[in-house]
Amino acid sequence: MNGERIDLYICDGKVVEKVDERKAKVIDASGMMVMPGGVDIHSHIAGAEVNAGRLLRPEDHVKDVEAKTAVTRSGVGYSVPSTFTTGYRYSRMGYTTVMNPSMPPLEARHTHEELNDTPMIDKAAFPLIGDWWVVLEYLQDDRIEECAAHVAWIMRATKGYAIKIVNPGGLEAWGFGRNVAGIDDSVPHFNITPRDIIRGLCKVNKLLNLPHTIHVHTNNLGRPGNYATAIETMKCVEDLAEEDNPVIHITHCQFCAFKGSDWQTLQSGAEEIAEYVNQHNHVTLDMGQVVFTDTTTMTADGPFQYGLYGLTGNKWVNHDVETETSGGIVPFRYRRKSHVNATQWSIGLELALLIEDPWRIYLTTDHPNGAPFTTYPKVISWLMSTVARKKMLKRISRRARRKSLLPSIDREYNFDEIATVTRAGQSKALGLKQKGHLGLGADADIAIYNLNPKTVDPSIEYKAVTRAFCKPAYTLKGGEIVARDGEIVKPIQGGTFWVDIKLSKPWEPSEDLKLKFREYWTVEYENYPISEDYLKASLPIRVEARI
Amino acid sequence: MTVISHITCPVCGDFCDDIEVTVEDNVITDVKNACAVGAARFLNYATHRRTKPLIRKDGELVEASLDEAIRKSAEILADATYPLLFGWSSTSCEATRVGLELAEEVGGVIDNTSTICHGPSILGIQDIGISSCTLGQLRHRADLIFYWGSNPWDAHPRHIERYTMFTEGRFQRSTWRKYVSRLGGTVTEKRLQRTANLLLDHHPPTPIETGQGLPYTMFQKKRKMVVADVRKTRTAEAADYFLQVEPNRDYELLQAFRMLIRDGELDVEEVAGVPVELLEEVADVMIGCELGVFFFGLGLTMSEGRHRNIDAALSLVRDLNQYTKFLIMPMRGHFNVTGANVVFTWQTGYPFAVDLSQGFPRYNPGETSTIDILRRRESDAALVIGSDPLAHFPKKTAQNLIKNPLIAIDPELTPTTLMADVVIPPAYVGIEAEGTAYRMDHVPLPLKKIVDPPETCLSDEEILRRILNEVRRIRRKLN
Repeated sequence: MNGERIDLYICDGKVVEKVDERKAKVIDASGMMVMPGGVDIHSHIAGAEVNAGRLLRPEDHVKDVEAKTAVTRSGVGYSVPSTFTTGYRYSRMGYTTVMNPSMPPLEARHTHEELNDTPMIDKAAFPLIGDWWVVLEYLQDDRIEECAAHVAWIMRATKGYAIKIVNPGGLEAWGFGRNVAGIDDSVPHFNITPRDIIRGLCKVNKLLNLPHTIHVHTNNLGRPGNYATAIETMKCVEDLAEEDNPVIHITHCQFCAFKGSDWQTLQSGAEEIAEYVNQHNHVTLDMGQVVFTDTTTMTADGPFQYGLYGLTGNKWVNHDVETETSGGIVPFRYRRKSHVNATQWSIGLELALLIEDPWRIYLTTDHPNGAPFTTYPKVISWLMSTVARKKMLKRISRRARRKSLLPSIDREYNFDEIATVTRAGQSKALGLKQKGHLGLGADADIAIYNLNPKTVDPSIEYKAVTRAFCKPAYTLKGGEIVARDGEIVKPIQGGTFWVDIKLSKPWEPSEDLKLKFREYWTVEYENYPISEDYLKASLPIRVEARI
Repeated sequence: MTVISHITCPVCGDFCDDIEVTVEDNVITDVKNACAVGAARFLNYATHRRTKPLIRKDGELVEASLDEAIRKSAEILADATYPLLFGWSSTSCEATRVGLELAEEVGGVIDNTSTICHGPSILGIQDIGISSCTLGQLRHRADLIFYWGSNPWDAHPRHIERYTMFTEGRFQRSTWRKYVSRLGGTVTEKRLQRTANLLLDHHPPTPIETGQGLPYTMFQKKRKMVVADVRKTRTAEAADYFLQVEPNRDYELLQAFRMLIRDGELDVEEVAGVPVELLEEVADVMIGCELGVFFFGLGLTMSEGRHRNIDAALSLVRDLNQYTKFLIMPMRGHFNVTGANVVFTWQTGYPFAVDLSQGFPRYNPGETSTIDILRRRESDAALVIGSDPLAHFPKKTAQNLIKNPLIAIDPELTPTTLMADVVIPPAYVGIEAEGTAYRMDHVPLPLKKIVDPPETCLSDEEILRRILNEVRRIRRKLN
């Protein structure tokens, strides 16, 4: 880092102070750039909706196949790769930890089955809790502590890692084909507003001391004018922040930074959002960058996906999950010459460049919504080089180009900042203390890129940067070389993180909940939780709750 | 004597998970909550089972040790150039995962039973998409329930009770009272008809004249059920309205509905045997409901038109979402046919008919699907698990299946196991072995082990794992 030359010692999967050099295996990485393994805070890689996306898109798979090798399994997929391929491709890009951000709790078992079949990386899943009936009922009566105890049960039952909120209230309304219009709109059939849900779960998150903040996909996502909703959402938990610690993560922010009253007048709201974020410490974001390509959009936001179907007329999958959430899938092609898509491309980069602190904005494409994760190196080149950005700007829709803020931004990320937005910042936001750095005791998850930061000027040689980030010379996972020059050399399982919450007094679900279970769900209470041995490599994280 | 509750039922796609069984000395003696089919499964599964592996020697199936049977199976698969691995819908996801690894290792084609049941539904979904949900969503919200070409009363006996008409939801009430009174009416009507026929010596009985228009219950703000089928099934008798479709004319009727809900006019008297005025009324009910659901079965997927029927049904439901909330769901048959599709999809990207002979997954139903491969006599060996293709396949394909070596992993005495060259009886998954399976709405639930299997019976997963290891050993030796 910073072109500094050091010797790094690894023993038993950890970074250590010193090992016996005569007995150790030495990797000569002189003239190369060493970074901790990449961490992805938001990437849809497994579970019910991803798999429905796979089923929906044979035309996506046929153009991109991976044959079986002596050590790896076969697979397919460009925008929604099969599980093995997902693991291999991340590993070949130097990534070692990936968060699967939306897990319908009722189908959590499915998500974990797929994660078990996703090799090479450590992973975790965030259960969708923002429209869960029992939670809404607790929150509308302001019973925060009981709600927290219930959420602790959800985390244990679904082996989840963080609280995910998607279009709070809107998914419940979608049960009857409706939506909510903003954070103060009331949720049908419940005496509650999205604001109450976000604030309530934010309090719950603090009571439970969860390692990550609440992970929020805002209301009105993907609609012109929604930057105001995004700012209101951030504002509504401002007073819950303690010191400088973040309390909310706004995910794929590009999709909620639209200004304008309709698609015709659409422009970027990145400036306003960046201004707010620069002045407030309680929020972190990720980009949700768009790359011009053919992809598959999938979110738990059912009404948004139906809207997208209306816009595109493409095939549409909807999947409502009883009492909990919904989901939708629509294939989508981002076009350079569409002024809306081109503006979206610009917004993502504007956000990353206008927000000053790289520790608070992370590089994602909301895989596969903005683009497949394999396009990260391209996004890195845009962040590091005004030349690369200008080159793309020339090719996009004229209307979008005229309105874009990018020509006025000179900022170029350096390698240090790239390391922050692709691993260090993300692992800090996730509370993964042993990831995202190479200090003593860190996990020996390492990416070694064939690029000399001293001699390469990323601003001009952005293509070399892209190439290097596509194919690291080595990827190490737990101290072992797992990928070399873009080839998997050693397949490994990779663990699944989940939070093991200790409450001050052991909480047993009341008879009331068990009764409710039969009313609310069509499965038995006893068949709902997933036992720990279901995970092939379980990595529980102990958390002491405040209640 | 122990009572075990919350057991999942390894029979149909409803995959009920509230079964209670009583076990005495490793034998199931009582079953509660299950339907007749489920109860029979739990109580009688062991009656006609096999426990010892068999190998065909000089034309006769003779008993063999498990190791021998596994070695023989591995040899058959390792020797084959284009083996076919078929079945997978009545086993656990864990077994299917190993099966996919095995198929990849031997470079064969792996296909599940949806190729001959809901395969067209999948093709339809890949064309149109699907607006679907989990079953609980319908319990709480659905007020219009359509069954098209499916007869849950017989095929999914607890479907109506657990998920649709007779279940209490948050926003919708159960309609069992309405049903009971209607049942009384139907029974009386049938008796009167029979008596009248006897007295008047009328054969065959003339159909009862129903009044014009829909019954008043169709316009109530309560749950209502419509059944479309070619014959009046028990399900249809329980319905508020029954649309009798002329055989093989479902596609026309569905497209007529699509037109009607767009306010199009039909310039004919009737479509598929149903008067247009009635169709208009039904279309209005569809548009006017709070949340509607359309269940379809093999009556739609396997009648003329195949996946085009499903295209039409999926499009109809998608179009209805402009007016109200409408959902659609295939009525899946086996308890884990959904799971087989799910596991195939996450490992290979494709839900069935996956050809791994080139080292990567290929999918082209019509070319890589079981029936077509067998009809063209392309495969040179087959492994069948938890399925009985010999009883169900077209004659020519069944004949071609047994012309080559055939391995059957199945505890039952079926035409397939009688004609196979190697038979390995496994433990019954969901009774004697654990696992995971997916309900028809993609909700995964655990399969449980209630009693111990006979000593000679391993789980499907274990058997496949051993075959895979043996295949790998043979391959290493050859290299």
